[in-house]
Amino acid sequence: MKFSEKWLREWVNPEISTQQLVEKLTMAGLEVDGFEYLGNKFSGVVVGEILEAEQHPDADKLRVCKVSVGSASDEDLQIICGAPNARAGIKVAVAMIGAVLPGDFKIKKAKLRGVASHGMLCSSTELEIGEDGDGILELDSQAPLGQDLKDYFDLNDHVIEVDLTPNRGDCLGIRGIAREVGVLTQTAVTEHKPQALTPEISDVIPVKLSAPQACPRYLGRIIKGINPEAKTPDWMVKYIERSGVRSIDPVVDVTNYVLLELGHPMHAFDLKQIEGGIDVRMAKQGEKLTLLDGQEVELTDDTLLIADHKKPLAIAGVMGGEHSGINTETDNIFLESAYFDPIAIAGRARQYGLHTDASHRYERGVDFELQRTAMERATELLLEIVGGQPGDIIEAVDHDAMPTKRHLRLRRQRIERVVGFPFADDQVEDILTRLGLKLTANADGWDVLVPSFRFDIDNEESLIEELVRVYGYNKLPSRKPQAEMAMFDQPENRVWKNDMRDVLVKRGYQEVVTYSFVEPEFQLKLHPGIEPLPLINPISSEMAVMRTNLLPGLVNTAKFNINRQQNRIRIFELGLRFINSGDTLQQIPTIAGLVCGLRQKESWNTDGEKVDFYDLKGDVEALLQATSKTYSFETLHMDILHPGQAAEIIVDGHAVGYIGKIHPQVQQEIDLDMDAYVFQMDLAPLSERKLPEFTPLSKFPSIRRDLALVVEDSVKAGELLDFIVKNGGNLLTDAHIFDIYKGEHLEPGKKSIALAMTLRHPDKTLEDAEINAVVDKVVSGLAEQYGAALRN
Amino acid sequence: MVDTQGTSQQDSSLQEIISQAEQEISAVQSIPELEQVKARFVGKKGLITAQMQQMAKLPPEEKPKFGARVNEAKKEVFAIIEAKHKAIKDAEIAKKLASETIDVTLPGRNIQDGGVHPVNRTLHRIESYFAQMGFSVEEGPEVEDNFHNFTALNIPEHHPARAMHDTFYIDAERLLRTHTSPVQIRVMEEQKPPFRIIAPGRVYRCDSDLTHTPMFHQVEGLLVDESTTFVDLKGILDEFLKHFFEKDLAVRFRPSYFPFTEPSAEVDIQCVMCNGDGCRVCSHTGWLEILGCGMVHPKVLEAVGIDSEKYTGFAFGMGVERLTMLRYGVNDLRLFFENDLNFLKQFN
Repeated sequence: MKFSEKWLREWVNPEISTQQLVEKLTMAGLEVDGFEYLGNKFSGVVVGEILEAEQHPDADKLRVCKVSVGSASDEDLQIICGAPNARAGIKVAVAMIGAVLPGDFKIKKAKLRGVASHGMLCSSTELEIGEDGDGILELDSQAPLGQDLKDYFDLNDHVIEVDLTPNRGDCLGIRGIAREVGVLTQTAVTEHKPQALTPEISDVIPVKLSAPQACPRYLGRIIKGINPEAKTPDWMVKYIERSGVRSIDPVVDVTNYVLLELGHPMHAFDLKQIEGGIDVRMAKQGEKLTLLDGQEVELTDDTLLIADHKKPLAIAGVMGGEHSGINTETDNIFLESAYFDPIAIAGRARQYGLHTDASHRYERGVDFELQRTAMERATELLLEIVGGQPGDIIEAVDHDAMPTKRHLRLRRQRIERVVGFPFADDQVEDILTRLGLKLTANADGWDVLVPSFRFDIDNEESLIEELVRVYGYNKLPSRKPQAEMAMFDQPENRVWKNDMRDVLVKRGYQEVVTYSFVEPEFQLKLHPGIEPLPLINPISSEMAVMRTNLLPGLVNTAKFNINRQQNRIRIFELGLRFINSGDTLQQIPTIAGLVCGLRQKESWNTDGEKVDFYDLKGDVEALLQATSKTYSFETLHMDILHPGQAAEIIVDGHAVGYIGKIHPQVQQEIDLDMDAYVFQMDLAPLSERKLPEFTPLSKFPSIRRDLALVVEDSVKAGELLDFIVKNGGNLLTDAHIFDIYKGEHLEPGKKSIALAMTLRHPDKTLEDAEINAVVDKVVSGLAEQYGAALRN
Repeated sequence: MVDTQGTSQQDSSLQEIISQAEQEISAVQSIPELEQVKARFVGKKGLITAQMQQMAKLPPEEKPKFGARVNEAKKEVFAIIEAKHKAIKDAEIAKKLASETIDVTLPGRNIQDGGVHPVNRTLHRIESYFAQMGFSVEEGPEVEDNFHNFTALNIPEHHPARAMHDTFYIDAERLLRTHTSPVQIRVMEEQKPPFRIIAPGRVYRCDSDLTHTPMFHQVEGLLVDESTTFVDLKGILDEFLKHFFEKDLAVRFRPSYFPFTEPSAEVDIQCVMCNGDGCRVCSHTGWLEILGCGMVHPKVLEAVGIDSEKYTGFAFGMGVERLTMLRYGVNDLRLFFENDLNFLKQFN
């Protein structure tokens, strides 16, 4: 809600500055978004009159004008002007030498094509007071010569813009804001109460409420014989334009003025377009109506209409129809002032892609007792401006469907219980009474009658809110919350997301956060076969579906950074992935990472080697050690991964994710310039880690035996190692691979795996025979199972 | 007299041995050489040891005196050997040190420069402040239903507040959560009061420009107990904001409106960029809007079966990106989701 401070001060005029007024409103919950002093826009501009306008000798489009500015200058001014409407006899806005126009544009003495010009004749656009930029501004013939234009336009005013919360529909008019200011500054509000006038004609039309829940009260009035030539008075144009509403014609201006003044929307129909009478009814599905803005809409049956006996005239509370609207030939009008239930109006405007001043108010609610006042106020103004003979007010009302004033209880003890601060009874009574509520004391507190204009106050808490709001939130004390000091369970084996972050960050990974919605094509390339969940209203095609894995974000991040000359990328992300299978949507907490580029940051002691599968695997293993009890890797075939460099990650017996190199073909399709390795795992299985478990230490020496085993190239080293661990018996304390060899001295297609076994007995020094027994068992087992031969 | 002469002769030969030892030792270059010299003079068959054998020829009264002289000579030679030994060792170490001297200004090996995303860094800080006060962290789904995101929070269909939220819809029933408040509802549905939770996470709104991204992060807080009041809410947020910014900054509470709280407030802090003097960041007001909060609306408690007469509570919600921007002076929201490593690494 944007409004003129002058207008507000006609209603309530506290002795405080604009700055203080704005501060008060903000601190009472009517947040002022901004306020602007209108008088700062220009200076040195006065009312002048063009006495003569001659053709410029050397320029077709310029005129040499002789301009009088009355007492503002001793002599008439010669000003060159290019506007087509510059002509003798009109009153104009004259920027004199030394004037400053918006944009800090200083007016100096100038020569235009050799002729001197002592100032400038301004358009309203140049002065930023209007939009008619076709030519210079033409002022009323009565405008006093030489008057400062700021005074002429009454620019010694502020426009204040309040960002109202949706509950404060009552403040969508000067009247509501004035009330609020009255309460906050304890200043009397002068409410203009229009008089009920005596009808001059007896014309009426029938009004029928076919949907009384949606429209329980409808008021109409016929006014005949208005003057279509009349002009809206300047004071009205000024106020509605300062509220951001364009002046159109006197009838529309008056309805808008009443909307802005009282917060009550009105509508005016051309009487001759109404056939029969008014029927306020729900639309028939598919019924069509061309609106004031020229668009034809197909109505749905949940839309409330103002119709006549033949056709729809308007979408109730939203916008009128083009056909039934008033125009320059309209002489008889039908004025509407109705109460619509907010629920009937809410969402309708949006449904048709509309948002109007009327719908904005009706959606939030209007004072359900204001219809008659609004009608009388509009009539009064219309008669003053366009004349005509008013008929009587036609009122259709369904009292059963009308809202009634609320009775609420307010308990003294509840105030303290919610606020944590005791209010004195007279303080409560003072504040709430000022707000227009009627209080009746009882044993526990009060019965409160809420006025119709505060339809937002609907429970005890909202009364408490009003009390505290007007008292001032900041005047209340602050207290540290009191609670029992209790210890919380902290399972030692519980893995937190931050533990995972720590592991990867310490290994040089950078966490990223990417959008959960991605481009469908790109997602499918990185996760073929799973149809991602689409959004109905995505913000762009690049963000149209929910990701089914975390790779699109990681890959895009890698690409973005490769393009910015990064030669080593190690990134990970934690977040949900969304798998839509039939009726069920799984939202799976996931961790995923990507590495590409250099293994180590380039430095004096690095060799520029590129990262490989085992680098990433080491990082994943570090992660698994910190987050799981047991884990292993198995070979995996997966569309997006290199068939020879991909593994499934098994945690505590369950597949939890994968690791591998991006398939070269996929890499090409997604346009990634570097070989990249990725992993992805579900978080849920990684929620419990090993608890430390003590085993007694042996005092006796350990013995290490190294084996070099020759096997087929296809034999997996990990499987050999597993076999050794499983068959090594109790004495085996460690087994690991320390070399892999292929090439010279070996048959083609074979490789040699060098393994170290460490054995130790808890109670004695091992003897050769015992050691050999273990080693022999393992070696013969490996020979049988994997065709492994000891290398000579 | 002969005796006397004999003694002096023997004395002079001891002296000679010592000077001979001195000479030979000084020429020695290495420990093994030194050991050889040592054996020659003070070894079992060494020259000095041999002098002892002379003692037999001496009269008994001179024996002790002579023995003492030989012992002294022996000590003297030992001392010379010792000194040489040390000198050789010192020289060896000095040589080793010289050969092992490196450029210590070169960077160390295998430096890791990873880091947590700035938004999660802030989330972690927020969580730890509230964890100290007994709040536990709760999470919820990001694809939500109308009930948890709106209806249970007292935002009925067609309520203007629904329009304010610019919701991304999946279908008529499902949507991307527009705030983390539905986590409140889920926790209250599943557990029994009292509640002390914070719910961090991603939220989504259909809005994208200089100051809005379609996805961002919020932290929701909820405390429901038998004696929770508005002044407690003021206390905890005042405390939190001062700790978060590590500054004794002014905090003010402004009435506002959220359908799920009543009374509702918006909280402003004194601008951290200009200390309240007014700057571009605070639109020259000196204040920054930092979070929304209020007393949980009785309808919200009742929707999850909690007796609003017995229990009251407060809830608050804050934008994590905004807090991060203000804390570290980041001037463009969109940087958080571009993931430029040069940006992210500034927070490591």
